[in-house]
Amino acid sequence: MDNIAGQNKGGRLAVNITVLILVLLWLLPTVGLFVSSFRDRDQISNSGWWQAPLAVDLNFRTRIATEPVREENGSFILEGNVFADPGLRDRFPDGEGVVAAYGTRAVDPAEFAAGEVSDLRAGGTVVIERDGTYRIVTPEAIDRGPTLYFEARTPPRFTLANYQTVLFADGMDRAFINTLTVAIPATIIPILIAAFAAYALAWMDFPGRGLLIAAVVGLLVVPLQLALVPLLSLHTSVGIGQSFLGIWLAHTGFGLPLAVYLLRNYMVGLPRDIIEGAKVDGATDFQIFVRIILPLSFPALASFAIFQFLWTWNDLLVAKVFLPSGAASQVMTVKIADDLLGSRGGDWGILATAAFVSIAVPLLVFFTMQRYLVRGLLAGSVK
Amino acid sequence: MSPVLQGILTILIGVGGCVGYFYFSNMILDKVIFPARGPKAGHNINRANQVRPWLFLFPALFALGLYLAYPVVGSFWRSLFDRSGANFIGLGNYVDLFGESAFRTAVFNNLLWVLVVPAMATFFGLLIAQLTDRLSWGNIAKSLIFMPMAISFVGASLIWKFVYSANPDIGIINALRTSAGMVALDPLQVRFWNNFFLMFILIWIQTGFAMVILSAALRGIPEETIEAAIIDGANPFQVFFKIKVPQIMGTIVVVWTTITILVLKVFDIVYTMTGGNFGTHILPSYMMTYMFRDDGRATAVAFVIMLLVLPVMVWNIRQARQEMR
Repeated sequence: MDNIAGQNKGGRLAVNITVLILVLLWLLPTVGLFVSSFRDRDQISNSGWWQAPLAVDLNFRTRIATEPVREENGSFILEGNVFADPGLRDRFPDGEGVVAAYGTRAVDPAEFAAGEVSDLRAGGTVVIERDGTYRIVTPEAIDRGPTLYFEARTPPRFTLANYQTVLFADGMDRAFINTLTVAIPATIIPILIAAFAAYALAWMDFPGRGLLIAAVVGLLVVPLQLALVPLLSLHTSVGIGQSFLGIWLAHTGFGLPLAVYLLRNYMVGLPRDIIEGAKVDGATDFQIFVRIILPLSFPALASFAIFQFLWTWNDLLVAKVFLPSGAASQVMTVKIADDLLGSRGGDWGILATAAFVSIAVPLLVFFTMQRYLVRGLLAGSVK
Repeated sequence: MSPVLQGILTILIGVGGCVGYFYFSNMILDKVIFPARGPKAGHNINRANQVRPWLFLFPALFALGLYLAYPVVGSFWRSLFDRSGANFIGLGNYVDLFGESAFRTAVFNNLLWVLVVPAMATFFGLLIAQLTDRLSWGNIAKSLIFMPMAISFVGASLIWKFVYSANPDIGIINALRTSAGMVALDPLQVRFWNNFFLMFILIWIQTGFAMVILSAALRGIPEETIEAAIIDGANPFQVFFKIKVPQIMGTIVVVWTTITILVLKVFDIVYTMTGGNFGTHILPSYMMTYMFRDDGRATAVAFVIMLLVLPVMVWNIRQARQEMR
């Protein structure tokens, strides 16, 4: 009853439509990427992804064979069907199609409408009918068949070829494993370190506790950019250099403020009775932590783990700085941003597929564990 | 050794090391240094309990100090030296930077980002949170709008490259333009406005975050206040702007500042979309042009970012301290 426009039927409809438009606006770009990743290069460059289910006009070329030639009234005649070209068999498997236009020059492959007779450069005339049959009339016998270009309507085609290229030929498989190698240790290691610290900040009394909590809140917003140069030179001077070990340590350090902050906020809310009861029964802090706090904090631990995993998986900056730039240790974000966008800048199918491969795992994590993600966000922000 | 094996080993060493450290350090404290027996047992237990918090805190404090606190000082110190790092030049790097027109453009653009992105993301987030509140399919709608949060900035940039492409057969914007009879153009090369096209990518990502938190805040508003307002004859807009928004103002500010902090860190979008060309540099991307080439300049740019973050940091700390009281 308290919705902005929820009091009457019209208002309700307006709300529904507005939300629908917003959802579509938010979803469309991703859908476009997903659809494009299943289309081949020709289809992508000839029609938008929103036309993917429709047929497209594509250009083809065919080299006319000089046999069988027929002589008639002093002219030489070549006849046949362009769709019978063995080189086009994978596009027109049953040897049939519809020609919309044709041409004799590569620069203008659709110069003439189907059925219109045109002149050949070497002399003579040519025509291609709508069904693909051609007829070439030349005053003399020719020893090299002319190359003809034609535009034909081709049915929509979806292919997994892009995925094959990206996953097996483009080094993306290596990058995928590298990303996983970076993300998993960088997610697991900070959790325990942070959990112990969070327990101390939540349930132990010592001078300077308030100051430390304030410091953690402050460090939460320190821009990463500050850390890059000093830490890289530190890593180099102690012999870690640019390596996986270096990036694990860096991610651990950068993830700790959020981990400590989230976990402390959660642990403070645990019931005091349980902890004091355990103390009265003679449990040490270490036992309380391992047996009681850690299991009870599982939702908060899961929230942080998801955050840290998404963050390390999606990170570009830290990977660019702390990992060597060779293909052997490239993660997917670096591979896409530095490698594919440069070398395959125009190959939209490959780009779409690479992007989709890189966002597939985060999306999976997102949709299966959304509950924990939302809970973590709320614990971290609404206080 | 292959990185995968190295990774597994690191997990084992990291987790095992952590557990081992905490277990043995506690044991040594209780059994060796301050044993809870003998004539001074009680005294020893108290002493041990004074030391213990620091045992628990040490690894985290060490890592935080080394990886976040030290760099603030270290970066500032490095920015006072020239490219080679050998000659002290005071504020020379900063003076040079402010002399570069590209740097001033980056500062200006960054201020635009800081003003526009948090405002728009919060606005859209609040709008969607309110509209979906009582909708039967509201949760599905929210889930779909929240989804871009999981996508990397690089992935999101690629997604939007398809939207913005100058080729009307790829970019949907130019397809609409050409079908309306206009000339196709590259939105990313339109000076000044291209900044906003880039910002929209981040707004697209962050709206879900704002929506989730504001939606929870809206649900937390006591029903009575709303009912009372409706009985007093308030229309839906008055209920929203005069009853609901004031009650969640605190949360709106938190969302706003959180996104502001993020905006000051994100370099990926500019880097992937334009590489800083066509007047789109912001400070984080501008810093990367100096990274690996001139550490003095790079750290100086980073420190300027830090100065921009400082007010938010101070405000955050004050909020946190107020809550604890």
